[in-house]
Amino acid sequence: MSSAQQQSGRPARVGRVGRLLPLVPFLLFVAIFLIVPVVTVAVGAFRDADGAFTTDNLGALTDYAAVKALRGSLVLAGSTALIGAVFGALLAWLIVSAGPDSLLKRLTLAISGVLAQFGGVILAFAWIATIGIQGVVTLALQHITGFNLYGNGWLFSIPGLIVVYTYFQIPLMVIVFAPAIEGLRVQWREAAVSLGATRWQYWRHVAVPLLTPAFLGCALLLFANAFAAYATAAVLVSQGQPIVPLLIRQAITSEVLLGGANVGFALALEMILVVAVVMGAYSLLVRRTSRWLQ
Amino acid sequence: MTTHSSAFKVFRILALLGFAAFFFVPLLSLLDFSTQVPGTAPGRTWDAWTFMVTDERLRSAIIASLLLAVLTVAGMVVLLVPTMIWVRLRVPRASKLVEILCLLPLTIPALVIVVGITNVYSWIYYLLGGSPLTLTFAYIVLVLPYSYRALDSSLAAIDVTTLAEAARSLGAGWLTVIIRIVVPNIWGGVMSAAFISVALVLGEYVFSSLLHFETLPVVMAAIYQSYAQASMAAALASMALVAALLLGLTFLGRRRERKGMS
Amino acid sequence: MSIRKTLAAITTATMLTSLAACAAPEKANDTTTESGVDAATATNAEKFGGMDELVKAAQAEGQLNVIALPPDWANYGEIISTFEDKYDIKINSAQPDGASQDEINAAKQNKGKDTAPDVFDLGQSVALANTATFAPYQVKTWDSIPDAYKEADGLWVNDYGGYMAIGYDSAKVPDVTSLADLLKPAYKGSVALNGDPTQAGAAFSGVVMAAIANGGSAGDVAAGVDFFAKLKKANNFLTVDPNSTTIEQGTTPVVIDWDYLGAAAAKNVDTWKTVVPSEAVVAGYYYQAISADAPHPAAARLWQEFLYSDEGQNLWLAGGARPVRGDAMAEAGTIDAELWGALPEVTGTPVIPTNEETEKAGEYLAKNWSKAIS
Repeated sequence: MSSAQQQSGRPARVGRVGRLLPLVPFLLFVAIFLIVPVVTVAVGAFRDADGAFTTDNLGALTDYAAVKALRGSLVLAGSTALIGAVFGALLAWLIVSAGPDSLLKRLTLAISGVLAQFGGVILAFAWIATIGIQGVVTLALQHITGFNLYGNGWLFSIPGLIVVYTYFQIPLMVIVFAPAIEGLRVQWREAAVSLGATRWQYWRHVAVPLLTPAFLGCALLLFANAFAAYATAAVLVSQGQPIVPLLIRQAITSEVLLGGANVGFALALEMILVVAVVMGAYSLLVRRTSRWLQ
Repeated sequence: MTTHSSAFKVFRILALLGFAAFFFVPLLSLLDFSTQVPGTAPGRTWDAWTFMVTDERLRSAIIASLLLAVLTVAGMVVLLVPTMIWVRLRVPRASKLVEILCLLPLTIPALVIVVGITNVYSWIYYLLGGSPLTLTFAYIVLVLPYSYRALDSSLAAIDVTTLAEAARSLGAGWLTVIIRIVVPNIWGGVMSAAFISVALVLGEYVFSSLLHFETLPVVMAAIYQSYAQASMAAALASMALVAALLLGLTFLGRRRERKGMS
Repeated sequence: MSIRKTLAAITTATMLTSLAACAAPEKANDTTTESGVDAATATNAEKFGGMDELVKAAQAEGQLNVIALPPDWANYGEIISTFEDKYDIKINSAQPDGASQDEINAAKQNKGKDTAPDVFDLGQSVALANTATFAPYQVKTWDSIPDAYKEADGLWVNDYGGYMAIGYDSAKVPDVTSLADLLKPAYKGSVALNGDPTQAGAAFSGVVMAAIANGGSAGDVAAGVDFFAKLKKANNFLTVDPNSTTIEQGTTPVVIDWDYLGAAAAKNVDTWKTVVPSEAVVAGYYYQAISADAPHPAAARLWQEFLYSDEGQNLWLAGGARPVRGDAMAEAGTIDAELWGALPEVTGTPVIPTNEETEKAGEYLAKNWSKAIS
């Protein structure tokens, strides 16, 4: 191919095998630790405990508990994607409009980078410390206004998860959406203004239509992010398994209902499918956006 | 550049304050909670913070998590860096495949991988034993997408082929090219990949809890049952460490940018 | 090229999957002691040549792996440290907060490794579904364990148990006298169940208790599920998992749990009271067993001897749990009378769900629990 290679005088055939050989460790590793588990899930979803083919596990996905969990997951992921996208876009716009090199923008992006990774056990604790029954905000509100923020423990069910998930969804939106806002060129705005457009008209007819695909794409990313999250919910919610990841936990760890492992595979397959569809739509939208972003 | 009306400025300040409250009140609450005396007694104490060092279970979990972070970074670098450099230099046609494989964990929920990985881990138990450090393998998969992106962008910033050809023409072997020539030039990317990997590993709960390894998040969740203050203190400490790492990462990134510009 | 490579990767993956589908092979342990006794098949201490020899064999092994024994559960913390001090054997306590199924999973996954669990402490359904993985053993005090609480060969023996109870903080809510009380407005946002009944044994028994109190039975828990649905509708039911922290903070002023667990969790709350509702007395015992693949078979057997000795039984009692030899020890005068007398009062005949009833109830719960509390 290259002149350097021809000079080395190696026969082409050996060269090719030699070229591919260094990739083997990586491919092998990914095959064992990523592909095999996924294939195990896909195959296990169609097997019973003895390994025979069955569609019973998929049938179990239509049980009330499974349907309710799927609905709960969709509501949770959908609402936090929406809230996160709207507020994240607002925050992104606020910091971008402060100027491309402003301290505010740099600081917010850096902090968002930290907070978007901030899930799991710690996040659950932080919110328990905030709006749990002895939470700082709960006590303060009770003291000042007499209002009982804690109520009947909504923090430990889907409404609570919505608030908690928003905490990492907004920063994620800021990170992924800020570049799109920055991509809006000053020239476009100047062109619009020179044609006599008002600020409102510029937003209505230029900026918003341009940003919409990016906005939707980012919202989908947030959706997948929330749909797949497990740790925070696992710590906060122990009753009723209102979302799919928790139902999977029940299927594989229950000490009352035994032998649920294969139903767990079916539920996991369901998760893969939902996330795959969402991420597929995401990459389509991103491709559309990237055309004008550069 | 752009001029803003004063109404907008007021709105911006209020909105930013709102966001700041939403994001920082929970962290401050965590700090407040971790210094409370257990039970309903009033007063302040730092006992929960010293508990991290004195409690054997928590301490060994912290050590396990830190070791896991180091091993994961080492494993990721050894596995990914040579592969990605090699793909750029010699088999560019495989680059799409490597990219897809690396980004795959983003679209497959970690929980799904855990559910399916039991058989793989039964082999690991068999071959390597039941140490929590065996989680390294799963964690390398987990950090693949983030590490890939960091490494990919720093590789894209340099002309690997020219560098390598120059070194080769001076008689360097491939291993020398990768370790002595390319890696120093993408050091920033390697560091980014390492930092984000550490951050992910320190907070990881899905694998460790369902595969039953006592890592920091797992033990935090367990200790919460009996000594909430201690688990909150540990949570805040690990959060602070991760924040320092990730903020350090952006700092590094900026410095790199500056250097690139000059 | 790229397509070919993808195909190759998929082929490799499929091959690896079929490979991985079979779990790792077992490693054989050499379980023969110095004196030539195969500890892994010894069914009583005599097979070792008496207790002293058993102790020696166990000390030669030096370690014992236990699993899913929370230190604040039935006094396991003290039991473990007492055993360690007494016999100079190190106990490795894995996954202290694990569930019964986790114990079996760990045994399967660690099979043949020196990290595999030696002994199990299991809930009923998990225990009875896995008897094939147990090694039979009869402790020295075997005869004083009632027949109903042991498998004839000693594959498993009930170790300790208790009654389903309502624990409450008398400083925060009015006195509870029956389950029906909990539906009153005074208990708004106060009642917690220890876990999800489709997942945790304690919560499952809580539903059985509610069923019996409302005209159902251990096998027919519909009435119990209805009770919790009503509790939820009245906004009295909390979906919080109760533990020491929530009890001390007052998040969960009323907790439905095993009497010994609730009492232990509330040990720092002086105003905590525990009642066993007389209209629905549900008892439950845990199942103790030795793993057939125990890496430390002699230590596992010594652990059993210790647990069923008067000392071990009294240690459980100190944790508020009822040791299986309790009645026999009370008769013999070897029980700690003060602790024995302090247990919550129980009137009426206790119901212990059979395995069939548990399965039937479990199926019903799987279908209906999630609906009831949504």
